[in-house]
Amino acid sequence: MSSPAADRASPARRRELALLLLGLPALLLLGVLFAWPVLRLLSMSVADGTLHQLERVVLDELYVQVLFESLKIAGLVTVICLALAYPVALWLTKAGRIGLTLGMFALLLPFWTSVLVRTYAWMVLLGRSGVINRMLRDLGIIEYPLPLLHNLGGVLIGMVHVLVPYMVFPIYAALLRIDPDLPRAAEGLGASRWAIFRRVILPLSLPGVAAGCALVFVLSLGFFITPALLGGGQVMMIAMLIEQQVRELLDWPFAAALSAVLLAVTLVVYAAIGRLTKGARLASP
Amino acid sequence: MPRRERRAGLPAILLACFATVVFVFLMLPLLVVFPISVSSAAYLQFPPPGFSWQWFQRYFNDPDWIDATIRSFKVAAVCTVLAMTLGVPLSFLLVRSRRRGIWILDRLAAAPIIVPTIILSISIYSIFVRLQLIGEWYGVAIAHTVLALPFVVILVGAGLRGFDESQEQAAIGLGASWPVAVWRITLPQLRPSLISAGFLAFISSFDELVVAMFLSGASMTLPKKMFDNIMMEIDPTIAAVSVTQILLVALCLGLTALFGKGALATTMSR
Repeated sequence: MSSPAADRASPARRRELALLLLGLPALLLLGVLFAWPVLRLLSMSVADGTLHQLERVVLDELYVQVLFESLKIAGLVTVICLALAYPVALWLTKAGRIGLTLGMFALLLPFWTSVLVRTYAWMVLLGRSGVINRMLRDLGIIEYPLPLLHNLGGVLIGMVHVLVPYMVFPIYAALLRIDPDLPRAAEGLGASRWAIFRRVILPLSLPGVAAGCALVFVLSLGFFITPALLGGGQVMMIAMLIEQQVRELLDWPFAAALSAVLLAVTLVVYAAIGRLTKGARLASP
Repeated sequence: MPRRERRAGLPAILLACFATVVFVFLMLPLLVVFPISVSSAAYLQFPPPGFSWQWFQRYFNDPDWIDATIRSFKVAAVCTVLAMTLGVPLSFLLVRSRRRGIWILDRLAAAPIIVPTIILSISIYSIFVRLQLIGEWYGVAIAHTVLALPFVVILVGAGLRGFDESQEQAAIGLGASWPVAVWRITLPQLRPSLISAGFLAFISSFDELVVAMFLSGASMTLPKKMFDNIMMEIDPTIAAVSVTQILLVALCLGLTALFGKGALATTMSR
């Protein structure tokens, strides 16, 4: 440690000290209301000194099933979001000013609207006597209402709707960062449009794709409201299981064990995709 | 060399069609609640049999709904103020510090978006129960601040990274103190980031349900009230509430586009 006199002597140190003071209140809040409570919760899972609670999560068939269901749903949502978002992001980079404004509006208005409002709207659309079934019946296409709600399909539609913008934004940002001279050069060298996309645009946009996939996968893994409302009890995700343990069964140690597993999976996915992104960046300097 | 004619070929048309379909998919649920909210039918019926303002009247005349709405505004306003006053200075630390370990704090500040909300909710709940903060609106506001901080730090941090610090040093060289230089030179140039961070903090709190479900107790926020309404009895009052919210968001979006030049772009590429 240096003496206070040395502190005063060095402007760089004074600067660091001032910056630290600026950040301190927020860091205190994050420590007291985020890091500490979460660690405290996680420690509850091993509070009895055994790994019994964690074993229950990974050995009991019922809970393993919920975990796999959650992973399956998160995976499906990620793939569907990517399939929808990539073309949209690509189109946005080519759109004129009016197209861009309209596109942004169509992305940002739902993005900023409450998940609850949107989930409710999907119930209106997909319900047994909802808008879609009503229209199909009036058109004579179906005789009995299709089961669009209270099943996996309904949950997927609702979740994809919430998460598509999270996929579009990073891909769009990555596409914008591509030097426009590169596709132009490829074109000058005689590459076809498809070849330009496949060999230039696509590889260079992969960091954005990875970032979007990580975000969407991680967010959907922890989803609660949409599956609870659109699944109608037919779809159980891990976040719903945690809520049930705390609210109905008051089984805090088991809720803590479930949380630990959910958090571990989340962090592993995040770290893995982070590594992939770095690889992609290296591959496309 | 003659430039090859760039015609909008079949792929471009297909791409535009596909994008349009996705935009319709995104907008459809927002549009569908409008006719429902002015329906004269007592239950979900589509197309509505007639026009009526009754659901809006019920929303605005029901003290429960209005209380919940006002409470949500209070929570979101306090959350925004807290998230900005804490988050903007934190961004300065995270962007400008040259200490080696700073990336750890950077991860910590971004972590509340990555850690599933349900985990954060029950963690804070277990502590607030002891402090007897359940059912207090400011407890919800403080918890929401934790969730809103990452948005502020990411957006303002991005703005700050793009800011040329030598302007600040020039002001100091001309005799301004550092706080004055930041206030008069740096912050005005960060306006787009600050505006979008503020709006995002506000909206993230105003819409938040999971934390509020655990912490708000009997004094419900608007999302909690809506959730209960959807669970118990779906009457078109909730459509009227939804339409009011969608219009408010559209207004905010318009205002941001107008006053925060480039703010929307920052939101997009955060």
